[in-house]
Amino acid sequence: MVDFAGWEMPVQYGGILGEHKAVREQVGVFDISHMGEFFVHGSGASEWLDALLTNRVERLADGEAQYSLMLNEAGGVIDDLIVYRLEQDSFLLVVNAAKIDEDAAWMRGRLGEGIVFEDRSADFAALAVQGPQAGTVFEKIFGRPMPSARNRVEKVEGGHVVTTGYTGEAGFEWIVPAVRAVDAWRRTLAAGAVPCGLGARDTLRLEMCYPLNGSDLGPERTPLEAGLGFFVDLEKADFVGRGALLAQKSAGLPSKLAALMVKEKAPPIRSHYPVWADGTVVGETSSGALSPSLGVGIAMAYLPTALAVPGREVEIEVRGRRFRACVQKKPLYQK
Amino acid sequence: MNVPENLRYAESHEWILVEGDTGTVGITDHAQTELTDIVFAEPPPIGKKVAAGEVAAVVESVKAASDIYSPVGGEVIARNEAVEQNPALLNTDPFGEGWIFKIKITNPGEIESLKDPAAYRAQIGA
Repeated sequence: MVDFAGWEMPVQYGGILGEHKAVREQVGVFDISHMGEFFVHGSGASEWLDALLTNRVERLADGEAQYSLMLNEAGGVIDDLIVYRLEQDSFLLVVNAAKIDEDAAWMRGRLGEGIVFEDRSADFAALAVQGPQAGTVFEKIFGRPMPSARNRVEKVEGGHVVTTGYTGEAGFEWIVPAVRAVDAWRRTLAAGAVPCGLGARDTLRLEMCYPLNGSDLGPERTPLEAGLGFFVDLEKADFVGRGALLAQKSAGLPSKLAALMVKEKAPPIRSHYPVWADGTVVGETSSGALSPSLGVGIAMAYLPTALAVPGREVEIEVRGRRFRACVQKKPLYQK
Repeated sequence: MNVPENLRYAESHEWILVEGDTGTVGITDHAQTELTDIVFAEPPPIGKKVAAGEVAAVVESVKAASDIYSPVGGEVIARNEAVEQNPALLNTDPFGEGWIFKIKITNPGEIESLKDPAAYRAQIGA
């Protein structure tokens, strides 16, 4: 068990490698109750969110979801989150546990006319059921097929199911009232899901190059440097940080978040290991692991833009020794 | 939890099998359970001189790197390349095929300061 943003959470239940494999080949369930749930209601809610977030909320139909980012004025990342449009003027935002208070304060400080903002993180638990057999678990619990489309949200008794995830596998996340959390957990286990901890969650997301806020994202880096431009709509009239992003885009990005793969036998790569190119340190890893699916070291690191090109050879230093690595196309893992 | 009777134990969860002036060193069943899936092991080079309690090797699980300390001082005379090739041996057979290195013991007196099986069992609550 480890402390994670004030939550006591298991790194693993039966072993990270086995849990990782279960999600890639069968189905696993993660307790993600630590994540924050915000509800936003009121006429003008869509416009208000569009002025705070990088992606375009206006495009969402009822029942659709999108990944988005909330930036500071300098274009740095406060948090990455998922916006779910429940109804025309009603939204659910799922945010990172460590950022709940900061996000809520930021949003409340910019509250628009007629907007109701509620931080209901304490009222809800959430489970992420992920893996090729997630549909079987869904059917056993809800008695109907899992929605085939990604990024959908549906109401279920007392909560919501959403077809999103952080593993690269098919699956759903089940947001339930906290009082029903234990029952929901037992039902997913009874339906065949393998319990999975934070360790496997990290290796699975890193193989997909999904960023982790606090490691791969932070207030000093913009989403453009993080390679998340797809989720930034610079065509929007305005949003917090837009000016800084436009300026950075025209000046040229100073660095980019590169995906790295180790090319020789090496110790597992971890965060904050120096990255070398042409005999000098050019950056450090923001995340790293021995990929359970690929059997090689993988990492992400902010590198000078000229170096962050697939095929570029670099070295990663582990305890004073350097090991050959190569910039790869994202994601690092493909089925 | 397996704590073989013929071994001595360091508080930092290494075992040593003493045969004459040679010691074979590995990590305990308890240690491998706590470390979980071991994915990397680096036994020390032959000829390396270590003091008792000094770092001699490194093993890494998916989540963390752990130093392995030599229970006694001496010179490394053999390294187990099998655990380098297949680190999972440390999980599956910690007292057998998962041994890490052999050491020529400088001062046999140091063995007496290590724990006997009963004392180690008490330490880990087994």
